[in-house]
Amino acid sequence: MPATLFARPQGLFDQIDAMHRLLSRSLGVEGSPGTIRSVAQGAFPEINVGRTARSLEVFVFAPGLDASSIDVVVERNVLKVSGERKSDIPRGDNNLQLYANERPVGRFVRAVSLPEDANTESVEARYKDGILRVTIALVEPKQPQRITVQ
Amino acid sequence: MSDRKELTTPTNAAADTATRPVAPAVDIFEDAGGITLLADMPGVSRESLEVHLDGDELAVEGRVELQLQEDMRSVWAEVQAPRFRRVFTLSRELDAGRIEANLKDGVLQLRIPKQAQAQARRIEVRAG
Repeated sequence: MPATLFARPQGLFDQIDAMHRLLSRSLGVEGSPGTIRSVAQGAFPEINVGRTARSLEVFVFAPGLDASSIDVVVERNVLKVSGERKSDIPRGDNNLQLYANERPVGRFVRAVSLPEDANTESVEARYKDGILRVTIALVEPKQPQRITVQ
Repeated sequence: MSDRKELTTPTNAAADTATRPVAPAVDIFEDAGGITLLADMPGVSRESLEVHLDGDELAVEGRVELQLQEDMRSVWAEVQAPRFRRVFTLSRELDAGRIEANLKDGVLQLRIPKQAQAQARRIEVRAG
């Protein structure tokens, strides 16, 4: 089984990207430059994307939600996942002492631009163990077409 | 932090960052009866979750399971560690033997009750 889904994609621009990240961190701007819809690291929920020959797999790390309360929409080749996470800290108890409050709450929206070969008619979403997995089928690559010169 | 498990991992830097676990985000609150800890551990199933106690150290650990296909390659990765781990030190008045754990939709809930005698009690002030 490939454990590679947790690795940043390797490539020519990797080092430049790493440098950019370093720079932006030193300038006080969090996160790495990516597509326009990617946001600063630490955003909720976090997203990993994998690709196979037949499908694009989007993993949304969104623990503690009700499957029925998650909205998954595909519009003009953009996948949007939205919902709301409520606080689990009980209210109204004056004797309650809060020591840590790190878990993000509130409304969230995250978007992923889909590649051109995504078949947006065939999208499946499943929620298990706090991960929303969206599977988008890819259309078969067209065979190169030879045109006869007349 | 001293950690036997991490000492056994290879020392080269690349392997180290590949396996270094991420600390899950937590909420911790205390009421009269004890302490409640909530930890975000998406992708961790009941089978891959470990909660163990060593002396007064409570360790919470879990492996993220994604069920990947053979030919899958990474296109985008914000979560870069397939493992969660965080260690907490318990204080003496907590009853570690009665910790209750519950995992649902990637959120771990631990309830650590206080020792019966450690619960606050009102002492009656007598007149005279």
